Amino acid sequence: MKFFKRYVLFILIILLDVIILFVNKQLGIKIFINTTSNFLNMLGVIPPIFLLLGLLDTWVPRETIIKYLGEKSGIKGVLLSIFLGSAAAGPLYGAFPVAEVMIKKGAKFSNILIFLGAWSTLKIPMFLFEMTSLGTKFAITRWIVDVIGIILIAVLTDKLINSEEKQRIYSRKLWS
Amino acid sequence: MFTLILYIISIAFLIVSLYKDKKKTKMALMKSWKSFENILPAFAGVLALIGLVLTILTPEIISKIIGANTGFLGMFITSIIGSITLIPGFVAFPLAASLIQRGAGVMQIAVFISTLMMVGFVTLPLEISYFGKRVAILRNALSYIFSFIVALIIGMVVR
Repeated sequence: MKFFKRYVLFILIILLDVIILFVNKQLGIKIFINTTSNFLNMLGVIPPIFLLLGLLDTWVPRETIIKYLGEKSGIKGVLLSIFLGSAAAGPLYGAFPVAEVMIKKGAKFSNILIFLGAWSTLKIPMFLFEMTSLGTKFAITRWIVDVIGIILIAVLTDKLINSEEKQRIYSRKLWS
Repeated sequence: MFTLILYIISIAFLIVSLYKDKKKTKMALMKSWKSFENILPAFAGVLALIGLVLTILTPEIISKIIGANTGFLGMFITSIIGSITLIPGFVAFPLAASLIQRGAGVMQIAVFISTLMMVGFVTLPLEISYFGKRVAILRNALSYIFSFIVALIIGMVVR
């Protein structure tokens, strides 16, 4: 029962897939092939990410993170968050566990949001690719506007979240 | 390529860690496993959802809807598609380029690219499990609005 509750979304979607399989066999098979390849992709990328996170969590002291990304890190914390996010690769959901460790280690909340924003839109390998396909003007304009936008979104979200909510996020123990 | 580098880096760190302190390394591995196990249900659900949605919404269907529309309605449609779909950048950029060549508006495409990257409707359950409802919804809503601003500015600059 506990298993079912945890995996409810997954089970419901697979059930829907099976129904589609009966209605439209071709489409159903395609869905299962795509879903399997999604899982294989994830299983390929996820192990090293979580391995690194475990090591990071054990070896990097809280004080270090607080010093560089904490409440008093100021503009340097902002720049470092942008840098960390844009140097990354992979889909946005790969950033969530990383942000989780940053939260746990006492990074400032707005810096975490900036990191997430940078990860989603400022990735440097993607930027180079965007320039070649959509043109330099398009890519550079988007990059500049996005840097400003990400900081604004982070500050605004940070302001709109009350301290109680923030406390809850910081004190939650996803993993101990 | 990225994955290979990631593996090399993480294994190198693991070896250094093992060399320095076996007990601490064991602790790190336990933490890695626990955090993975914790998030697996949400991950599995989202991955299955992506498999379903992306199979039904083929690039052909997507391009038809984007290519046929202009103006704000077109932007609105592309924003919805961008928010729902999860296409990797190396597929999305060439797709966007070919759509522009076929007569789609730059602003419509800009909204599409921006929402595609910043707004994750399908991954929302996963995001909520990490940051709570308020933060996840706020971040996505603000990013959605911002995508239109980016598009308007790109529309002014790129002619």
